Amino acid sequence: DDKLLSEPLNHPDFFNVKELFTMKDLFDARVHLGHKKGCRHRFMEPYIFGCRLEQDIIDLEQTMQHLQLALNFTAHVAYRKGIILFVSRKRQFCHLIERTARECGEYAHTRYWQGGLLTNAHIQFGPGVRLPDLLIFLSSLNNVFEPHVAIRDAAKMNIPTVGVVDTNCNPCLISYPIPGNDDSPAAVELYCRLFRMTIIRAKDKRRQSEAIEELR
Amino acid sequence: TLRLIYTTTAVQRKNVGASGPEKYTDAFIKKQIEEFNLGKRHLANMMGEDPETFTQEDIDRAIAYLFPSGLFDKQARPMMKHPNEVFPEQRKIQWGEDGRPFHFLFYTGKQSYYSLMHETYEKLLNVEKHQDQLIGQGLPLQKEKRNLSGSRWLTKIELEEMLLEKLSDDDYLRFIQLIQKLVALPCADIEEKYIQKFCKEVPVQLQKVLIEPLQYDERGVAFSTGEGKRKTARATAVVYDNGTGKITVNGIDILHYFPVLQDREQLLFPFQFLDRIGKHDMVCTVSGGGRSAQAGAIRLASAKALRSFVTEREVEFMRQAGLLTVDPRVKERKKPGQEGSRRKFTWKKR
Repeated sequence: DDKLLSEPLNHPDFFNVKELFTMKDLFDARVHLGHKKGCRHRFMEPYIFGCRLEQDIIDLEQTMQHLQLALNFTAHVAYRKGIILFVSRKRQFCHLIERTARECGEYAHTRYWQGGLLTNAHIQFGPGVRLPDLLIFLSSLNNVFEPHVAIRDAAKMNIPTVGVVDTNCNPCLISYPIPGNDDSPAAVELYCRLFRMTIIRAKDKRRQSEAIEELR
Repeated sequence: TLRLIYTTTAVQRKNVGASGPEKYTDAFIKKQIEEFNLGKRHLANMMGEDPETFTQEDIDRAIAYLFPSGLFDKQARPMMKHPNEVFPEQRKIQWGEDGRPFHFLFYTGKQSYYSLMHETYEKLLNVEKHQDQLIGQGLPLQKEKRNLSGSRWLTKIELEEMLLEKLSDDDYLRFIQLIQKLVALPCADIEEKYIQKFCKEVPVQLQKVLIEPLQYDERGVAFSTGEGKRKTARATAVVYDNGTGKITVNGIDILHYFPVLQDREQLLFPFQFLDRIGKHDMVCTVSGGGRSAQAGAIRLASAKALRSFVTEREVEFMRQAGLLTVDPRVKERKKPGQEGSRRKFTWKKR
């Protein structure tokens, strides 16, 4: 059992997430498109490649690295049977994200975030609740263009976060930010597909390893 | 086995189930159901009936017989019902042994409501996809109008009962808007079964009052009957056709029975309204009430009887004139602390 859990940590890319996406995929899904120059957040400047006709272009090299780290992390969390919660406040993609979460067997929250969900969980849900072990933000702003409350709450409750940060978002409190577009349907569908494949892959690997252990 | 007969309040409080989301455990409810079934058989034995075919109505009758109670509120009287009706439906524990919740929207807080919205939106997308396919093939879209007059959407309370969850007014409104949007699409017939879950039939409110047809007695004269009431008086009237305008009350002519002109005017009002004063004979019986109440009761009875002789348009005129409505005014009760129903006692300054 100990070996099961410690073995994946010895490899830098145990689940081989690099092969799931290429630079061309990201470009075709319009992940590199950011908002206009006026909407730029100060802390996103390192991730921006340049500005063309006042529209910011995100550096896809850095996005590739961050995406690989984030997918690797989610795969490890899913391998260790952690609870993953998809969060987004974009109404366009609410149904898509809920469907993705259901297919993975994980959880989603794309609706109005009630104040004490994470911080006041024992009173909201009942004694003995298990909180999520990873929060994935497919859009890190809420409908009033402010950082989502869940980022701050997860930081308070020591829950790691993975988030897609656009040029107008604050990447500070997110543990694994992924600079990229969060508004185009193509980009969000690509992210959903990638997360779904990693989680399913990690869970299958876990089941295989357990079966091999039992055979011994 | 020993059965607990009497406990003090302190012991009862300790034995109360866990407070919080789970008030009644599964085991508790199962025990209650077993006790209920046992008690049902005992009751059947006591009443001398067959325990196998003892229905809920028999139980209610037996309890009402064994424990007669004069309490006004029916729900305060002793009752013996199945535990599923007595204990409200509860939500069981939402997560398994390893701590993972069962429902994928558990962390939103209102899981059943949001899953309902999710499903409804999925049906909407399905219908739109189907529509696009039909347009692509060039086939016409069906435009059968659903009959909306006989049905209504579920109320907020009914939806709360269905979902076992509290809703806010905004949530309910949003759900209704979403499902109305779904219904408004032309190809919504595909999801008819899903929509039926949220519809309720409304019984047609306007009950058409049946006008009895004319009956004919031995001499071939057409007649019809009517009943009327006013305060405590009850009257029945039989109106005959081809008459001279004679009116008899309890075997006595109206001139002798109603000496006062006002009462006779009340009797003649329906005939005067329809211009049929000298054309009909009437024989009535009346009991109860006083002079004026009996007159009003006979007036209503004769108006009801005349409906059979007259066209629908004139029936509508009679209804608008107020000839066919029962007068709901009765004597108001006297209240304690007052001299009469409205008059208060004389107020003395000192």
